[in-house]
Amino acid sequence: MNLFIDQMINGISVGSVYALVALGYTMVYGIVKLINFAHGDIIMVSSYFLMVFLRKAGLPFPLAILLSVALSGALGAIVEKLAYKPLRGAPRINVLITAIGVSILLQNVFAWVFKQDNPASMPALLDGAINIGGVSISKISVLTILVSVILMVTLSLLIKYTKMGKAMRAVSEDSGAAALMGINVDTTVSATFIIGSALAAVAGVLFASTYRLINPFMGSDFGLKAFIAAVLGGIGIIPGAMIGGFIMGVVESLAKGYVSTIFADTIVFTILIVILIFKPSGLLGKNIKEKV
Amino acid sequence: MAFYKKQFGLISAAVILILLVLFRYLGIIDDYYITIIDLVFINIILAVSLNLTIGFLGQLALGNAGFMAIGAYTSAILTTYLKLPPILLFPVAVLCSGVLAVLSSLIVGIPSLRLKGDYLAIITLGFGEIIKNIITGLKITGGARGYKGIMNYNTDFETNAYVNMIVLYLFAGLTVFVISNFTKSRHGRVIKSIRDNEIASEASGVNIMYYKLLGFSMSAFFAGVAGSLYAHHNGILAANKFDFNYSIEMVIMVVLGGMGNIKGSIAAAIFLTFLPQLLSSFSDKRMLFYSILLIIVMLVKNKNYPFLKIDFYKKRLLGR
Repeated sequence: MNLFIDQMINGISVGSVYALVALGYTMVYGIVKLINFAHGDIIMVSSYFLMVFLRKAGLPFPLAILLSVALSGALGAIVEKLAYKPLRGAPRINVLITAIGVSILLQNVFAWVFKQDNPASMPALLDGAINIGGVSISKISVLTILVSVILMVTLSLLIKYTKMGKAMRAVSEDSGAAALMGINVDTTVSATFIIGSALAAVAGVLFASTYRLINPFMGSDFGLKAFIAAVLGGIGIIPGAMIGGFIMGVVESLAKGYVSTIFADTIVFTILIVILIFKPSGLLGKNIKEKV
Repeated sequence: MAFYKKQFGLISAAVILILLVLFRYLGIIDDYYITIIDLVFINIILAVSLNLTIGFLGQLALGNAGFMAIGAYTSAILTTYLKLPPILLFPVAVLCSGVLAVLSSLIVGIPSLRLKGDYLAIITLGFGEIIKNIITGLKITGGARGYKGIMNYNTDFETNAYVNMIVLYLFAGLTVFVISNFTKSRHGRVIKSIRDNEIASEASGVNIMYYKLLGFSMSAFFAGVAGSLYAHHNGILAANKFDFNYSIEMVIMVVLGGMGNIKGSIAAAIFLTFLPQLLSSFSDKRMLFYSILLIIVMLVKNKNYPFLKIDFYKKRLLGR
C-alpha cells in the first residue's frame, strides 16, 4: 500500500510537469496547427540556463529562475519568428521538418557548448520532506504540484478574460476572420509561443530541481510524453492538456513501480495508439467534421 | 537517343555494374571502399523507400530505423534457428523481414493515417524508440549486449566481399526499379493526388486510408529488407545503431535529394554516406550540420528568405 501511495504522489508530481509542457503543445497546435517538436527542448534549454546562472554566475535562486524562464520564453518566440513564420502557408510537412530540425539543432548546440556538463548536476532548490498522516512527501514534489496548479489556473483565467486570451481563441478558430476583425495575428502567435515556452521553462526548472541531473537530450523524450498527454486530453483544448498530463504521470509512475522501467515507455506509448484508435479527438474533444 | 531516354534507368544500372566490376579488377576500389559502397547501397534502399512516404505520400515518418531494426533482428533470429539450406535460407529471411516490418507498420499506420493532422510523425518517432527499448529488454535479441554470430554471406557462402557488394547492388537496383515504377503507376498517381489535395481525391472516390497505408507499408517493407541486408552484411547487431539519429539521417537524405525525387535521394544517399567516412572530424558534428541543413533547405524551398536564394546574389553581382 505504501508503494502505491508513493507512486501516486510521484506520478501526480511528474504529471503536473507534463501538464505544463502539454499546455504549450496544445496552445501552439490550436493556433498554428503545428506539432512544435522543439517545444520539448525548451525544458532542456531552461534547465541549462538555470544551471549556468546558479553555478557559473552564482545568482540567487529567485533571480536565476526568473531569468531562465524569461530567456527561454524569448527563445520560443525567436524560433517562431525565424523558422516557422516564413513557412506559414507552406505544406505542413515542410513546417514539420523545420520543427524537427530546430529540435535537433537545439540539442546539438547545447551538447557542443556544454561538453563538460553532460550530464550536469543541479543544486538543490528545496531539501527535506514533510509528513502528512504517516506518508512522507518531499517538499519539492509539493512545490511542483502547487506551482503547476497555480500556473494552470492563471492561464485559464488569462485565456478566458483578457483581451489577449480572446484574441488567441479567435485566431485559433479562424485566423483569416480574426485578421479581418483587426486582431494582429502575428503578435498573437508570438504571444502564444512566449507563454507556451515560459510554461515549458517553468516545467524545466521544476524537473531539474527534482531530478538534479540534466543532459542536452532529455527534452525529446519528455516532450514526446507531454505531447501524448496533450493528445490524450484532446489536442487544442486547454483543460484537456492538464487532465492528460496528470493521467500520463500517474500511469507512467505506476508502470515503473509495478511492471518494469524498460517497459514503462512502451505502456505509455500504447496509450497513444489506443487513444488514436478509439477516441482520436481526446478525452475532452468533440468530433468535428471537416468542411470543404 | 529516344531509346536511351526511355531506358535511362536500365542503361545506367548496367553501366554502374560494369564500372564496379572493372574498378574491382583494376584495383581502384579495395576492401575498405567496398565496405563503404555496401553501406551506400543499404542507404539507397532506405532513402528511396522513405521518399515514398515523405515525398510522394506527403507524410513525415521519423521511425524508419525502427522498421529497419525489426527487419535486421527478424533476419538474424530466423537464420540462427531455421534449418534450411543456406541458398534458400537467405531469401526466406529477407522476405520475412520485409513482411514483419509491414505488419508493424500497420500497427502504427492504421491508428494514425486515418486521422487528419500530423500524427504519423509523432507516432513513428515514439515507435522507433520503443522498438529500441523492446529489443534491449528481450532475451532472444541478445539484449543490451547485442546479437552476435549472424549468418554472414562472406563466410557462410564461401564467397568474398566482392560478391557481397554485387548482391547488395542488385537489391538496391531492384528497390529503385520497383519504387520508381510504382510512383509512375496508377496507384502511385493516386498517392500523389492525396498528397496534393486530400479532400479533392476523396471526393473523386479514392479510398484514402487504403492508399496511404499502401504507400507507408511499402516504404516499411523496403526498410525491413534493408535491415536484413545490414544484419547479414555486418554479422553483429546492436540496438543502439537503430536510434533516432539514424532515422533522421534517412530524412536528411530524402530532403537534401528533394522530396519526391528518386534520383536525388540516390545522389544524397551516396554523398551523405561517403562524407562522414572520409571526414572523421565531420562525423562528430554531423547532427549539428544536418539540423542546420534541414532548416535551410526548407526555408530556401519556400523562398521567403531572399538572401538564401541564388537569384538574390545573381542580381547584385552580375547586375541582372
